[in-house]
Amino acid sequence: MPSYVIVEKCDGCKGQDKTACMYICPNDLMVLDKQRMKAYNRDPKMCWECMCCVKICPQQAMAVRGYADFVPMGAQATPLRGSEDIMWTVKFRNGTLKRFKFPIRTTPEGKAVPDGGFKTDPKGDDLKSPILMGEPECLRVPALPTLKK
Amino acid sequence: MTLKSSDFQTVEVTTDLLIIGGGMAACGAAVEAAYWAKKNNMKVAVVDKAAMDRSGAVAMGLSALNQYVGMKAKGRKPEDYVEYVRQDLMGVSREDLVYDIARHVDGTVHLFEKWGLPIWKDAEGNYVFEGAWQLMINGESYKIIVSEAAKNAMATLGANGQIFERVFITEPIMDGDRIAGAVGFSVRENKFYVFKAKAVVCAMGGAVHVFKPRSTGEGFGRSWYPPFNSGSSCYFMMKAGAEHTCQEVRFIPVRFKDAYGPVGAWFLLFKSRATTALGGEYMVTRKEELQKWAPYGLVKPIPANLRNWLMMLDQKEGKGPAYMRTEEAIKAIVDSEPDEKKRKKRLKEVESEAWEDFLDMTISQAILWAGTNTAPEEKPSEIQACEPYFIGSHSGASGAWLSGPEDLQTAESKKDYFWGYNRMSTVKGLFGAGDASGASSHKFSDGSHTEGRIAAKSALAFIKDNNTQPKVDPAQVEALRKKTLAPLDQFAQYCGLTTDPNVNENYIVPEQYMYRLQKIMDEYAGGVVTMFTTNEPLMKTGLDLLQMLKEDSAKLAARDHHELMRAWECMHRTMQAETHIRTMLHRKETRWPGYYFRADAPKMDNANWLKFVNIKLTKDGKFEIIERKIHKIC
Repeated sequence: MPSYVIVEKCDGCKGQDKTACMYICPNDLMVLDKQRMKAYNRDPKMCWECMCCVKICPQQAMAVRGYADFVPMGAQATPLRGSEDIMWTVKFRNGTLKRFKFPIRTTPEGKAVPDGGFKTDPKGDDLKSPILMGEPECLRVPALPTLKK
Repeated sequence: MTLKSSDFQTVEVTTDLLIIGGGMAACGAAVEAAYWAKKNNMKVAVVDKAAMDRSGAVAMGLSALNQYVGMKAKGRKPEDYVEYVRQDLMGVSREDLVYDIARHVDGTVHLFEKWGLPIWKDAEGNYVFEGAWQLMINGESYKIIVSEAAKNAMATLGANGQIFERVFITEPIMDGDRIAGAVGFSVRENKFYVFKAKAVVCAMGGAVHVFKPRSTGEGFGRSWYPPFNSGSSCYFMMKAGAEHTCQEVRFIPVRFKDAYGPVGAWFLLFKSRATTALGGEYMVTRKEELQKWAPYGLVKPIPANLRNWLMMLDQKEGKGPAYMRTEEAIKAIVDSEPDEKKRKKRLKEVESEAWEDFLDMTISQAILWAGTNTAPEEKPSEIQACEPYFIGSHSGASGAWLSGPEDLQTAESKKDYFWGYNRMSTVKGLFGAGDASGASSHKFSDGSHTEGRIAAKSALAFIKDNNTQPKVDPAQVEALRKKTLAPLDQFAQYCGLTTDPNVNENYIVPEQYMYRLQKIMDEYAGGVVTMFTTNEPLMKTGLDLLQMLKEDSAKLAARDHHELMRAWECMHRTMQAETHIRTMLHRKETRWPGYYFRADAPKMDNANWLKFVNIKLTKDGKFEIIERKIHKIC
């Protein structure tokens, strides 16, 4: 389809004016049909199959069917994304199942600290200095390299 | 009721620094800008056409950080990276820009790790390298983590920091020769936006779907680089009058056929060979060909475009398909383990690593392998050159011609490469980063983020020195509003004349316009159909057809916000297409044979063409070609 919505599971994100899939799609493809309260992919041929919509859907109402022009039917890759890792179930055309689990982050959600705790050399306070936030400590070498000796 | 321009209200936003884009470079710009803007009490606004959490080329995730110099870990210097990039791009690179990213990029990677990105470590706690410069990551949430840091940084500015999502920028606003801001529209609400700024960082990515993709039908969107990279950086900066460089240096990656899964882990980590069905290992059998492209053909690693070229030579002779020999590579890895039990464990590990590589960044490839019952340990998988893309961050080089940093210039290079503010274009106050920045290849995701950081700090320095709000002429804004929303009125006026709103003598819908552009580029500018071969008569015909297409862009029609964005993406792609043909036409040689081949000038000509071919729009809207010297800085 590539990404498609399962009628039975989609609840239109409970009548909010934008659904999770609409919010996240990087190509602005997901739309909420307000009559049916179901979302749909308005232009499957522009879908990159990034699965951002599948991963974010709170009802697990979305999936991807491989592109019809070159993928033999019957396969599926299903993600279950948590706060620390992602589980994948890959179903083959011949019925084989494979499961994988990969970490996705090492910090609690929302807690990325912009400067990472690295100290910035006060010389960087001159906006014309090439020293960026956290440098040189974050470089793990004593000083920012330069060609001016 | 059809949507009309008169339904739109105009919303004005005034800021100091405007960052346009939401991908890796824009997030880098936001993080760095917020840090220094807070100290200097300046305002920053970020405008993104999507949602920053999953905006840009890293939306899906990524399985490697492709630029890590390892100044401490490997004892390498930025000079080493410059050498690698210089060779890969056949001598054509802005060494000051490449050096600049290389000296900062390790810091960016260490920040990513602090933010929460899982980077693979070995038993001793050292990063696992995929190849010479690449680190393996668990990168499913790479973009979410980077976006989170950008948002957290912007939040520290309070009311001085604003993020606008789902706003598509169409055109720059100019105050004479200085940038004054940008206009665009919300893809969700009836709002026309006018952003007034003292400086602008442009980071709107590269361009896809300028050329016809190999896929048809549903798979149309399965480009290697994402289809939402629509040439907006090129259009915006060209329209502002900024000089561009290397617009002829497109990129064509060789990837797993059809789904375009990554090959880096297979080549570098698993040490796989590539062969063609009838020609064998083309990198060995065609070694002699590399002499023709000396000195670049004789270095290791062999430039990406030449690796493509050797494979294509086999395919041109009908020796395909080409294969990644996954079965051999896995056997070699498993056989290197003497213990039987450990072998099984190793096989399981390799299998998991291989699948994660796809699932982290090209899920379609996992679905294709599953759909074709592919067991990589049993049989090889086909590889193929994709269609051409414009991506200044990879092994292509297209982008704006930007000032470099002062401390990385030689006496000679300073005359050509430095004009005051690092990463400022030839237009006052307009900066570029990531795919918007030309001739600074091989920065990938982390280097693009780094370049965004560099550009943002430098743009704030510009603001400090030029701390006046540029004049915004209301007549200019009104004209831009009319132009931006015109496709809506085009549709509203004429859609009732036919029973099928897609077919109408008075307008063209964006989808059909895009097909027309892609057909021209494919057939005349060296697309897939000619196996990337073109010549002067072909390109001149292509340019003629492009002129008529451009005229017809005034007849683009849009029935809703989404289609209005598509219409504008079409116009942006057309600019990328035209700068590409014009610069290819000017360069009368073939320098990157695996990217495009000029049949009428089939050889590399270092005596005459080892230089930059730049292009800009003059004030009266004409294209001007400028040749620039290449300097070695180290």
